[in-house]
Amino acid sequence: MLDLIHDYWLYFLVGQYPQGPLGGVAVTVLLAALALLLAMPVGLLLGLARVSTIAALRRPVTVLVYLVRGIPLLLMVFWIYFFLPTVTGHKTDQFSTMLIALVVFDGVYLAEIVRAGIQGVPRGQYEAARALGLAHRKAMRRVILPQALRSMLPSLVNQFVSTIKATSLGYIIGLTEASFIATQVNSQVFVHPTAVYLLLSLTYFVLCFGLSRFAFALEKRLARRALPHMARSPGSPTASAASNA
Amino acid sequence: MIQFNQVNKWYGDYHALVDIDETIAKGEVVVVCGPSGSGKSTLIRTINRLEAIESGSITFDGEDIHRRGVDLNRLRSRIGFVFQQFNLFPHLTVLQNCTLAPIEVGGARPAQAHQKAMALLDRVGLAHKADAWPAELSGGQQQRVAIARALAMEPPVMLFDEPTSALDPEMVGEVLLVMQGLVRDGMTLVVVTHEMGFARDVAHRVLFMDQGRILERAEPHAFFNHPQHPRAQQFLADIRTPFARAP
Repeated sequence: MLDLIHDYWLYFLVGQYPQGPLGGVAVTVLLAALALLLAMPVGLLLGLARVSTIAALRRPVTVLVYLVRGIPLLLMVFWIYFFLPTVTGHKTDQFSTMLIALVVFDGVYLAEIVRAGIQGVPRGQYEAARALGLAHRKAMRRVILPQALRSMLPSLVNQFVSTIKATSLGYIIGLTEASFIATQVNSQVFVHPTAVYLLLSLTYFVLCFGLSRFAFALEKRLARRALPHMARSPGSPTASAASNA
Repeated sequence: MIQFNQVNKWYGDYHALVDIDETIAKGEVVVVCGPSGSGKSTLIRTINRLEAIESGSITFDGEDIHRRGVDLNRLRSRIGFVFQQFNLFPHLTVLQNCTLAPIEVGGARPAQAHQKAMALLDRVGLAHKADAWPAELSGGQQQRVAIARALAMEPPVMLFDEPTSALDPEMVGEVLLVMQGLVRDGMTLVVVTHEMGFARDVAHRVLFMDQGRILERAEPHAFFNHPQHPRAQQFLADIRTPFARAP
């Protein structure tokens, strides 16, 4: 196993780079990071549209959500890879294909998380903001979303972690991400499939675990600032204990 | 200052407000009372359009609040509203709760909003809690902050929707005291409350509601001593001797 690591670690991390295209873990991380970064604003906008009172905004997004949620990510990848070029006229490369698929897929799932987060904030908060004269948009931005985002954090992390793992589907269309490279290594070495795929699994685990820990730390920092107060009823003894934690 | 003209409100098949006609004058303190489900909260919530109405009109300083295209946010910023459940913003400090609207709606500079908020917190006796989080306060303190928050927009009218109903009994007094201070300053108040002591001592006028109608309007003395409508007589008898009708 050590020989394996010794011989192939660089190939596994960056693929053929700098002689060839970037690959391996670097592509996995890059793809996941870009997907998360782009899916977040998409999810936020779709989520806001899902709770909008304007039907022209809400209905098409609702249809999109049900549609995307109803097909496997794998099929979405195929659609973008094989169908999109017939519309645009030129071939979509593997990286862009995966990125588009992940952003659409994540955007929709994040939209549902955003919707649930917004609807979880008590109605009185929105009424109080509006009663002070805040417009819908300001009430959302200054009062509802800051509270919603905190309660959404665990679900967001869930989605982000599954995005990291979903990048492995790039293997199907020949994107040289970590799983693809690991398979290449396996067919070159041939006699150590267990070791190769164990290392691959470990790589995904480390990425996901790292993200989870980071999110957990973030959650705790937010909690220190204000979170424990939100769930409290005034003056209850258990609540004051929580605020000291 | 506030005028109801033939206002009707429905929740589905339920007729929540029936042909309401009422005028509330500047500087007047009006208490709205009645049994639960009588429409008093609905009535007060229509004044700043937290509830829509199906017919009629409500004007505030001559402007029709329920007209389409009215500058609702500007109107609302001139009508202070205090909720039964306080509804302080839990992610903002006490001070930030009081400066949010002046900065975001009134366009005040932060320093200026800050200064005014501190003065208002001082007025409700909570200047020392400016940097606390809402949930670190008792219910009575939260409601006093909510009043300061509403006052920060300098509204000529304040609406109170059962401001003491969610409070432990020992905290009711501190909130009523702050409200009494507003009355002394000549502010226009509309208060939905079960605090009959407040109605008797502070109100200029009492409106008694039942089943979506205003059944009686009277000065407190007349209302408490010589209620005219049978429903009002029954209501007052019930709250005075709550065990009288128990089996």
